[in-house]
Amino acid sequence: MSIFSKIKRSKGDPKILRSGPSSLSSGDRLAKRLGWLGIGLGVAQLVAAGSITRALGMEGREGLVRAYGARELATGMLSLSTEKSLGLWGRVAGDGLDIATLAGELDRYNPKRANVAGALALVLGVSVLDLVAALATTARHRRSQGKQVSYRDRSGFPHGVKAARDAGNRAPAARSRPEPSRPVAFPAG
Amino acid sequence: MRALVWHGKEDIRYDTVTDPEIEEPRDAIVKVTSCAICGSDLHLFHNFIPAMLPGDIMGHEMMGEVVEVGHGVNGKLKKGDRIVVPFTIICGECDQCKSGNFSLCERSNRKKELGDTAYGHAAAGLFGYTHLTGGYPGGQAEYVRVPFADATHIKVPEGIPDEQLLFLGDIFPTGWQAAMNCDIQPTDTVAVWGCGPVGQMAIRSAILLGAKQVVAIDCLSERLGMAEAGGAIPLNFEEESVIDRLNELTDGKGPEKCIDAVGLESHITMYQPDTVLDRAKQMFMLENDRPHALREMIYVCRPGGTISIAGVYSGLSDNIPLGQLMNKAVTIRTGQTHVNRWTDDLLRRIEEGQIDPSFVITHTVALADGPEMYKTFADKQDSCIKVVMRP
Repeated sequence: MSIFSKIKRSKGDPKILRSGPSSLSSGDRLAKRLGWLGIGLGVAQLVAAGSITRALGMEGREGLVRAYGARELATGMLSLSTEKSLGLWGRVAGDGLDIATLAGELDRYNPKRANVAGALALVLGVSVLDLVAALATTARHRRSQGKQVSYRDRSGFPHGVKAARDAGNRAPAARSRPEPSRPVAFPAG
Repeated sequence: MRALVWHGKEDIRYDTVTDPEIEEPRDAIVKVTSCAICGSDLHLFHNFIPAMLPGDIMGHEMMGEVVEVGHGVNGKLKKGDRIVVPFTIICGECDQCKSGNFSLCERSNRKKELGDTAYGHAAAGLFGYTHLTGGYPGGQAEYVRVPFADATHIKVPEGIPDEQLLFLGDIFPTGWQAAMNCDIQPTDTVAVWGCGPVGQMAIRSAILLGAKQVVAIDCLSERLGMAEAGGAIPLNFEEESVIDRLNELTDGKGPEKCIDAVGLESHITMYQPDTVLDRAKQMFMLENDRPHALREMIYVCRPGGTISIAGVYSGLSDNIPLGQLMNKAVTIRTGQTHVNRWTDDLLRRIEEGQIDPSFVITHTVALADGPEMYKTFADKQDSCIKVVMRP
């Protein structure tokens, strides 16, 4: 939105002199890159399914390539989101499907066998990155990290809850509900 | 100076930036002694609210010492004063400010055109909260420029520690206004959805305002434990049905007053399919907010009751059951809190020892640890409920 709305910084606003440590871990950054890679691949598979199947000797399986493209898009978007671990594990599962599909095309009668082998090597490489990123982000963002503390002693009322309730019951002035309206009395007859 | 700077989604950095300077006659420069991460900062962290620019300084909960004032401040503030900075920037002179509607100040949003386009009419300028609200640099920094400083401040006495006063600038009056908007009566059951910092303050406020019973709804045990300590009945929505339990506690009639302290990032669970659908739509930019808590409270609220929305929503929400709302004559009251409307009363209550808002602080760290604490808070790790930072 900041691009389309032409938002500009005001003249006197502080400017960055030196950038410091970030809340993003290396796993988060890798997840981002893999997310964008997935979206790029997904779009390519959706719009150029024919070219891909020809290059891999898989003519007639354009529907499958498009379905895989949709999967790449979905898991890519998830990998960019706050649910990135889910997206990355989705990518790992998708990698398994890709590997199985490509391995099935590695038979000796496929004239594009070399292309398939190249694609398989690429997918295997990306699978390793997907797995590394999935493990790293799952570990980093797991809720159970750190200590579990009970705050059952933190009432916030120095004189106790009962005293606070009593004070509340003595303070009707703080309330502002209007008086209920009275029924209108019509003259008899 | 050092500051926590937004660089993109989930990317907050501890950067060195240029010092703020007096730009307008009514400005002051405040040396920040304490600042906090607000739950609503997480909406920016997750990039759910648009109109942030890389380089924006985060933070709208801060207090400190005045180190410089412009010539237009007219003695209302002087060097050395100890102040809490309200998150709403107020001129103190427009019609809305004169009416006490400080969060609707007509003059403090310096990017009013953008705010008008997005919201119909812009509300007040806010610190560190997108360019829709003025794009003012925030207070998670060593220094902050306070515009309209003669009005935008809460003077606080020496002798009370920062931890007890800091929350006068946002979460305490936000929780308080949420409860005040309910017009609480001694016979009322007040149900509070979300037991983050604002929910905790709303619970204490409802107790102080004399509610018969307060029910705290969340799924995190540390938050429910803190809520229970404050006098609320805990309700873990992952363990029991919110609707059934609230009806059981109210003789089948539903709570008279419902407070939404959740906002646009409702918890996502497969048991509530609408939350999954909302998240999917949010991802494809078909919906801004995930209003599951709001839907639930409209359903369970007693006919003629009140829903008070304190949680932040950013734009469009789908599938709001207007039929239930209309037929049950439920009143909805909402808004960013009008901080300075409440602070005299709340400061008095702190001074008298009625309440000590520091109960909510679970982590106190140096500003340099801010980026890591954003992650800890966002992931709800380490039993984190409220982070205070010392620049």
